[in-house]
Amino acid sequence: MWFDYSVIWAAIIAFAVLAYVVLDGFDLGVGILFPFFPERRDRDVMTNSIAPVWDGNETWLVLGGGGLMAVFPVAYATILPALYGPIIAMLLALIFRGVAFEFRWRTHATSRFWDRAFCLGSIVAAFTQGIAVGALVQGITVEDRAFAGGTWDWLSPFSLTTGVAVLVGYTLLGATWLNLKTSGDLQAKAHKLALWSCAAMFVLIGVISIWTPFIHEIYFERWFSWPTAFFSALVPALLLICGYALWHGLKTDKHLQPFLAALGLFLLSFTGLGISFYPYIVPGALTIQEASAPTESLTFLLVGAAVLIPTILAYTGYAYWVFRGKIDPEEGYH
Amino acid sequence: MTFFGLSAELLARIQFGFTISFHFIFPAMSIGTASYLAVLNALWLWKRDESYLKLFEYWKTIFAVTFGMGVVSGIVMSYQFGTNWSVFSEKAGSIIGPLMGYEVLTAFFLEAGFLGIALFGRNRVGERMHMVAVAMVAIGTLISATWITSANSWMHTPVGYSIDANGIFHPEDWWAIVFNPSFPYRMVHTVLAAFLTTAFVVGGVGAWHLLRDRTNRQAKIMFSMAMWMAALMTPVQIFVGDMHGLNTLEHQPAKIAAMEGHYETHPNGAPLILFGLPDDEAEVTRYAIEIPKLGSLILKHDPNAEIKGLKEFSREDRPPALMPFFTFRIMVALGMAMLAVGMWSLWCRWRGTLYKNRLLHRAALLMGPSGLVAVLAGWYTTEVGRQPYTIYGLMRTSDSISPLSAQSVGTSLIAFILVYFAVFGIGSVYLIKLMRRPPVMIEDHELDKGPIRTAGITPGPAQQETDGGDGHVV
Repeated sequence: MWFDYSVIWAAIIAFAVLAYVVLDGFDLGVGILFPFFPERRDRDVMTNSIAPVWDGNETWLVLGGGGLMAVFPVAYATILPALYGPIIAMLLALIFRGVAFEFRWRTHATSRFWDRAFCLGSIVAAFTQGIAVGALVQGITVEDRAFAGGTWDWLSPFSLTTGVAVLVGYTLLGATWLNLKTSGDLQAKAHKLALWSCAAMFVLIGVISIWTPFIHEIYFERWFSWPTAFFSALVPALLLICGYALWHGLKTDKHLQPFLAALGLFLLSFTGLGISFYPYIVPGALTIQEASAPTESLTFLLVGAAVLIPTILAYTGYAYWVFRGKIDPEEGYH
Repeated sequence: MTFFGLSAELLARIQFGFTISFHFIFPAMSIGTASYLAVLNALWLWKRDESYLKLFEYWKTIFAVTFGMGVVSGIVMSYQFGTNWSVFSEKAGSIIGPLMGYEVLTAFFLEAGFLGIALFGRNRVGERMHMVAVAMVAIGTLISATWITSANSWMHTPVGYSIDANGIFHPEDWWAIVFNPSFPYRMVHTVLAAFLTTAFVVGGVGAWHLLRDRTNRQAKIMFSMAMWMAALMTPVQIFVGDMHGLNTLEHQPAKIAAMEGHYETHPNGAPLILFGLPDDEAEVTRYAIEIPKLGSLILKHDPNAEIKGLKEFSREDRPPALMPFFTFRIMVALGMAMLAVGMWSLWCRWRGTLYKNRLLHRAALLMGPSGLVAVLAGWYTTEVGRQPYTIYGLMRTSDSISPLSAQSVGTSLIAFILVYFAVFGIGSVYLIKLMRRPPVMIEDHELDKGPIRTAGITPGPAQQETDGGDGHVV
């Protein structure tokens, strides 16, 4: 059957990962941008802009991980040992970054240290996530439904490049977010950083797009054979439109448009990845059907997901609405 | 291959035990604190007594720090199953995974979605919606506890499954899986433990401030509330714990034998070993101090009932006895001490000396962290007692592990140990600093306008340029 529960679940997991990437992406981007804003006052505004929502954003990562275990246990059980190094590094980085939100307010003496932890944690988390994606694209050695490769398989020029690409991409999301949520000098600086990171992001998307089809013949086939060739032609065209919207939005000093366009860039890159992967979940090794849990597991969780994910989106949207608008730098002081 | 003489399996177990121990501490604290905050906020809305609002603001900051540490250590957990126990995940992910999936969907998002509003949004959304948000966070923590204890209980008492030719678990009856035999006992026991943990932390903090200033109204209120919890919930918890023990005896007799330190089967009533030193090699508990027949009386409510010893089980199917034996005694001893403090507080309350009896305050202060220790001790008892299985009787720990080199697991274990002790150690120092602040506001009039900050992080000393280290809440 072409359209079965495992495909629906693959779509849901993909959605969770995408939601994580764009939501925590701008969070992490704000942290990555810390070195450009040495003033304590600016940094307070920056963290205040994400403080009410970062926790919810990171929950999508837990859904991605937990969901993968529930519905694609074999994929979970092969991908995680294969990407052991980057995943552990990412988790440790997220710890430093997560606690820094609260800890940086707790002392005068060490707030600098926690600012650094916040920044470095964000950088390492972004970079290792990019490495993980690149390593997955490159493929994982699977034998008898288990990871059968070596400790350093994930490390390659390609995965390092995707690591940098995700780092730059999150920087762009963070810069456009600050452009949206802040005002004055802070916004002006974020505006400039958004332009630069947008240009860098396009270069990297180009490099990776040219590189990918030569990594594995399955990508080459998917990209250049009908009917998927239609989509693989459409994606770059839409990317250019998004890029223009971003650039134009910045030039005409729009606040929301650049952020939305940056989200669009991620959505399209992610779609490109999806086109390349399908029908595999671990490229070249496990298809969606092969990796799927028994139907009873898929349906049991799907019933809940069908009701709960829209509900979650509704109240998450509400929380964003409550904290809408520019951050008032004076609000935190008296 | 080994890493400094340790096998990958042992390293993976140490790593999982280490990361989950740290993780368990924070939710044990935040489950109770979230409910406490909901109660305080409701009391504020109901009685319009500012003391409750002050207490809410006071505990809110502590909650935010605890919760933050719980979140980041929890993200690690959702990946540890795959990184360290990939075979377990592959075979049993179809059952454990959906339960945790429901935890994420029904609880984690709920907590995280409303946390921002609960912490920073009182002025933005109004009192009523703010109360809803605070309640949602509290409910979220309880839903989370329900799902995760269900998943954990299934690993102790697996039912409602079938196993196919590849060794993959297939869910057959979800109702049976979720409400597996040990789940109700474990869930109630765990949630009560979380409430008691918070109660003793709150009681300890209240007692500390009463020792410094016995007229502080907020300190009196928190101390009184905590002592009511101690007096009323500890007996309930001991009763539930006993039921949980009987349930374990029915389903995991080897665990009970290890906890009790019994190697021999006692057909005519087993003694209660108060203290001793279990020796798995020699199959004997050395230096045992016993009370005859009491073991059977407690476990079977009959002094002459038979209790099976570890020798009934072949060596490779037995849990190690030393650790459950001691952790169980630590937990029970702390439970009895909690009961004593609770009863003492009732006596003092009746005599009207609740806020004056400095000895009681000192005892409560000393017992402040008791819940945290008891929770961990209980957790070790039940988890080590499940060994050598991950899924009791069905899947061995040695068959659950990822195909990783001991070097990889060992290196990451060292990284986890360094980072956790540094980060959560510092976090605990900050928590203690926050608890050291007297529960008063210097500028009470500020409160009439509501909290100052409507966006951003909870206020702390670093925002106060004139903070003298004493850290009054503003």
